[in-house]
Amino acid sequence: MSVPGAWYLTLAALLFTIGAVGLLVRRNVLVMFMCVELMLNAVNLTFVTYARMLNDIGGQAVVFFTLVVAAAEVVVGLGIIVSIYRRRPGATADDITLLKG
Amino acid sequence: MPLELPRVEWATILPETILVVGAMLILLGGALLRRRLPAWVWTVASIIIAAGAMVSAWDLWRRVSHNHQGGAHTAIANAVVVDGFSVYFALLTCGAVILAALMADSYLRRERLNAPEFHVLMLLSASGALLMAAANDLIVIFLGLEVLSIALYVLAGFAQRRAVSREAAMKYFVLGAFSSAIFLYGVALAYGATGSTNLGEIAAFLRASVSTHAVLLGAFAFLIVGLGFKIAAVPFHMWTPDVYQGSPTPVTGFMAAVAKAAGFAALLRIFFSTFGTHRLDWQPLIWALAVLSILVGSVLAVVQTDVKRMLAYSSISHAGYILIGLQAATVRGLAGSLFYLLAYTFMVLGSFGIVTLVARDGDARTGLDAYRGLGQRRPGLALVFTVLLLAQAGVPLTSGFLAKFYVISAAVEAHSYALAIIAMLAAVIAAFFYLRVIVVMYMAGDEADTADADPIRVPFGAGLSLAVSVVATVIIGTILAGPAFDFARHASILRL
Repeated sequence: MSVPGAWYLTLAALLFTIGAVGLLVRRNVLVMFMCVELMLNAVNLTFVTYARMLNDIGGQAVVFFTLVVAAAEVVVGLGIIVSIYRRRPGATADDITLLKG
Repeated sequence: MPLELPRVEWATILPETILVVGAMLILLGGALLRRRLPAWVWTVASIIIAAGAMVSAWDLWRRVSHNHQGGAHTAIANAVVVDGFSVYFALLTCGAVILAALMADSYLRRERLNAPEFHVLMLLSASGALLMAAANDLIVIFLGLEVLSIALYVLAGFAQRRAVSREAAMKYFVLGAFSSAIFLYGVALAYGATGSTNLGEIAAFLRASVSTHAVLLGAFAFLIVGLGFKIAAVPFHMWTPDVYQGSPTPVTGFMAAVAKAAGFAALLRIFFSTFGTHRLDWQPLIWALAVLSILVGSVLAVVQTDVKRMLAYSSISHAGYILIGLQAATVRGLAGSLFYLLAYTFMVLGSFGIVTLVARDGDARTGLDAYRGLGQRRPGLALVFTVLLLAQAGVPLTSGFLAKFYVISAAVEAHSYALAIIAMLAAVIAAFFYLRVIVVMYMAGDEADTADADPIRVPFGAGLSLAVSVVATVIIGTILAGPAFDFARHASILRL
C-alpha cells in the first residue's frame, strides 16, 4: 500500500507550522535557530513530494540548493550567536534589549 | 545516460561575475599581503570593481535596447534573463555600492575596523542583489536572496565591539532566516501548483488556466510575506528600526538602498510579470501592505527621537509608496516604482551618509540633539541634509516629488482612488517629521560647547558621496527628469 502524496504535504505543512510557531514563542536563540532549520526541511519535504507527484526531477534538485543555503546560514548564524554570547551568560533572546523604542 | 549540461553564456552574467571575482581578489589580497595597506586602497579597489560591473551592465543595456543585437533574452537554461529590468537594477546596485564604499572609507578608519572584509561583504551582497533582479527562476531568486542576506547579516554586526551592532546582526539574522524559509515555502507551493519553478513556464501555465487553485493562492501569500520582510513593508517591518539603528551607519545606508531595491526587483518581476494574469487575486494583498506601510511608517516616524530610527520608519513608508506602483499593475505603475527606487537610492544613501558624519566616534550621536545647531556649525552639511530630507518629504524640484507623483498618478489611472488619497494624506504627516529635523538643525546651538572638543569632519570620500547624492537628487527632480523617467520606462520592458 502506498501512502498518498497529500499525507506528506500535510506532514510538511505541520512541520513548517511547528517551526514557525516555535520561532515565535521560544526564547532561546539556539532553539529559534533550530526552528528555522525545521521550516527549511519541511519545505524540502514539500518539494520532494511535489516532484514525485509531478514526476519531475527538478523539485528533487532544489533540495540540494536548500541544503547548501541552510549550511551557509548555519555558519553565519552560529558566528553571530557566539559573538553575542561570549560576553553574557545565557542564550535568552529576552535579554537582548538594547534596541527598542 | 549522458548528463547534458546547459551552455553557460558568461557575457550575460558578467556584472555578477565581476563583483564576485573582485570580492575574492580583495579577500585574497587582504589575507596574503604581509604589510597592512592603508584603508583607502581597498576602497579604491572596491569602487573600481563596482564601476567595472557597471560598465559591463551598461554594455548589456545597449544590447537590450537595440533589438537587432539580441534584445531581451534568457540564458543559462532559462535560469537568468537579460532585459531592461535586470540591467536597470544592476546599474542602480553598483551605483549604490560606489556611494556606500566612499562613505564607509572614513567610517572604517574612524572606528578602526578591517577594511578589506567590509568591502568583500558589500560586493558579495551586491552580487546577490544583481542575481535576484536577473533571475528567471524562483530558485535562482532564492539563491540571490540568500547571497544578499547572508553577507548583510555579517555587515550588520561588523562593528563587533559595539553591543548594539551585535544585537542588530542577531535580530536581522533570525528574522531574515525566518522570512527566507517562508519565501521558500511559497516557491514550493508555486512549484506544486504550476509544475515548475521557472518564471516563464509558470506564466505559460497560468495563461492556460483561468481558475485559481488554493495552493496557488497560498504561494502568492507566502511569497508576498517572504519578500515583504525584505522590503520592510508593514506588518513585516518589526526588525527594521532595531536593525537600522544598531548596524554601522554606512551599512544601514547600503541595506536600506540595495536590500530594498533587490526585494522589490524580485517582487515586481514575480508578481507583475509572472503572476500578472492572476492580478485580481494578489492586488488586494498589495493594497493592504501599501496602505499599512505608508500610514504606520509615517505615524511612527513622528514619535522617534533618534534620527537613524526615524529614517528607518521613513524607509518603511517609502516601501509603501513603491508598492503603490505594483498595486496599479500597469506599465506606468511599474515605471513609477522603478523611478521611485532610483530617486530613493540617492536620497537614502545621502541621508545615512550625513548620519554617519554627525554620529562621530563610536557611531553614537544619532539622537535628534546631535543635530541641534548644525546649521551654524556646518552650514554645508546642514544644507545637504535639508535638501535630502525635503526630497524624502516629496517637495517639488526634487526627485522625491516626481517619484511620488508618478506612483500616485499611476494609482489614479488604475482607479485606485482611495490608495492615492491615503498616500497624499500620509505625505503631509511625513512632511512633519522631516521638517522637524530641519528646524532643529537651524535652531541656536545647544551642543556647541561639546562640538569644539569633537568637531564634525567631512572627509573627502564621504563629501564626494554626499555631493553625488544631493546633486543626483536635485537634477533627477529638475533638468534630468525626462531622461531619468525614460530610463525607468525602458527598464519596465520585461521579458516573460
